[in-house]
Amino acid sequence: MSLDMPKFSDLDALYSSDAKVATQMYEDPDLFKLEMDKIFRKTWVFVAHDSEFPDKGSFKLSTVGLEPVIVVRDRKGAIHVMVNRCRHRAATVCEVKKGKTSSFQCPYHGWGYGLDGSLRALPYPEQYGDDFNKDQHGLQRLRTESYNGMVFATFNEDIEPLVDFLGSEVCRYIDLFMKQGGGFPVTVLGEHQFTVPMNWKVQLENTTDAYHFPVVHKSFLQSLDGETNEIFQFLETGKGFVEDLGNGHSVMAMIPELIDLDDNLDAPIPERFTELAQELRDEGYPEDQVKKIVRAVGGAGFNLNLFPNVSFSLAFFRVLTPISVEQTDIRHMALGMEGGPAAANQMRLRLHEHFQGPMGFGSPDDAEVWERVQRGTKGGEDLPILVNRGLVDETPGTLGPRGHISAETGMRAAYKMWKRMMSQ
Amino acid sequence: MTEMSKIDTTGLLPQVTEFLWAEADLLDAKEYDRWLDLWQPEGFYTLPIGDTTDFANALNLCHDNDKMRRDRIERFRQGFSISSAPPAQTVRTVSRIVIEKAEGDVITIRSAEHVIEDKFGRQRVWAANMTHTLVATDSGFRIRAKVVRLLNSDGMLNSFSYLF
Ligand code: FES
Ligand SMILES: [Fe+2]
Repeated sequence: MSLDMPKFSDLDALYSSDAKVATQMYEDPDLFKLEMDKIFRKTWVFVAHDSEFPDKGSFKLSTVGLEPVIVVRDRKGAIHVMVNRCRHRAATVCEVKKGKTSSFQCPYHGWGYGLDGSLRALPYPEQYGDDFNKDQHGLQRLRTESYNGMVFATFNEDIEPLVDFLGSEVCRYIDLFMKQGGGFPVTVLGEHQFTVPMNWKVQLENTTDAYHFPVVHKSFLQSLDGETNEIFQFLETGKGFVEDLGNGHSVMAMIPELIDLDDNLDAPIPERFTELAQELRDEGYPEDQVKKIVRAVGGAGFNLNLFPNVSFSLAFFRVLTPISVEQTDIRHMALGMEGGPAAANQMRLRLHEHFQGPMGFGSPDDAEVWERVQRGTKGGEDLPILVNRGLVDETPGTLGPRGHISAETGMRAAYKMWKRMMSQ
Repeated sequence: MTEMSKIDTTGLLPQVTEFLWAEADLLDAKEYDRWLDLWQPEGFYTLPIGDTTDFANALNLCHDNDKMRRDRIERFRQGFSISSAPPAQTVRTVSRIVIEKAEGDVITIRSAEHVIEDKFGRQRVWAANMTHTLVATDSGFRIRAKVVRLLNSDGMLNSFSYLF
């Protein structure tokens, strides 16, 4: 029982043992503040992919919870994540979203910081006296670790190493996901960004929600050719599964035969990729590489959902940033093959544009229903939100329960972690 | 301006203005069949992100060939897309029209577009720089390319249930 916030002392009332979520969870600004403190400041938060700041001196702006940070690679290649706030009187030291630099200089009074955040120089330091210690006035640094190109940061100095937080199953799925480089390193080709009037947990739920797919994405499915449409009939066929991978993470495997892209490479090339395959042959790629690249173009057959802010979604990264209790920013990062054939990357770009982003055939419908959830919770304050689907036939998986493809097992994994973190 | 086969330069600005206004009117009225008729089939309708000009090798908000334009409009109309049934209502103005280039029967026009959308009783405002590449034909202008650069194309957007 937390004495500082007696209002939320009963966490079971917010997320019950029979998988019901209280309406307050989407709506209470005090609860949101507490979440930012107890979750986003306490755990590993995804901030960037390696390819977004590839060179020495490359940087990009990001966030950890509500806090603006700079992710930068120094001259020795080490990655630093630091709060974008001058230690003099708090001005942001950088407002360029992405770029290359040798230092960060505050525009207000000119304090200059190195790529590792250390305070290098300030104009007229004499007035601070002789005992002013520059070492204690560097930008606030976060602990930073990465796994397979995914960079995470945390304010929590005592947290377990990133790989332990992810766990063996998540690491295995990340490695499988990265196979969609088709033999090339995975690189971020661009991103779609949109903000939605919803609580961040509405998004967290959605990345592991196969149940909505045939309903919300009917118009997308109708725009596909028959063969591709077939692939997305995972609810009809009942193939696939959702599995709790521990620490709030989960996997939703919609297309099990595409979990490992190196499997069944001899399967015939799908109709929609035959033209691309011929183009690659014409460019001189040997047949085994053609098959590998073509297989990789469509992405992996699963969504890997990491608590609290990033999902590896079939062929792209989906990142959420909480803005307020009723607003969340979404980024859909398009991925490609670094140094791979232009034709394959173009196809990946067009596939991404087809579904994702503000003008995709999928995302706008997602955004609409998420907003509907937020609007709907204005009524019936006492009614629970149900995430108990598929509890009836869950079986034990490797690290946690495994449910039907349309089960809400992944949401329960996330809420279990939510509860664990909020009780500490 | 080399060859001015089908183009009457003196009357050009009023002519292209009339065309852009008529197009804007069709888009606000969601008269999409008539909008599709304005296109040359090989043309691309593009909303880029940032200032790229290499649309094929970049991620765009949309980069539609003829088939994608038709699929997009089909999606708007079929009634299964919850975000476009009903869609946001829009009122737009197109102005600050500049004829960039007129060569042969091909004209490049720059203009400003402001769109106000209304849905759920909430209004949003969008501003864009547009570039139209038009071809003068015997039956009037046809669009060979249209590029709409939203002012905040690389910022946080919302989803769009209409065309720019
Ligand atoms: S606020 Fe940065 S130097 Fe004064
Ligand atoms: Fe969806």
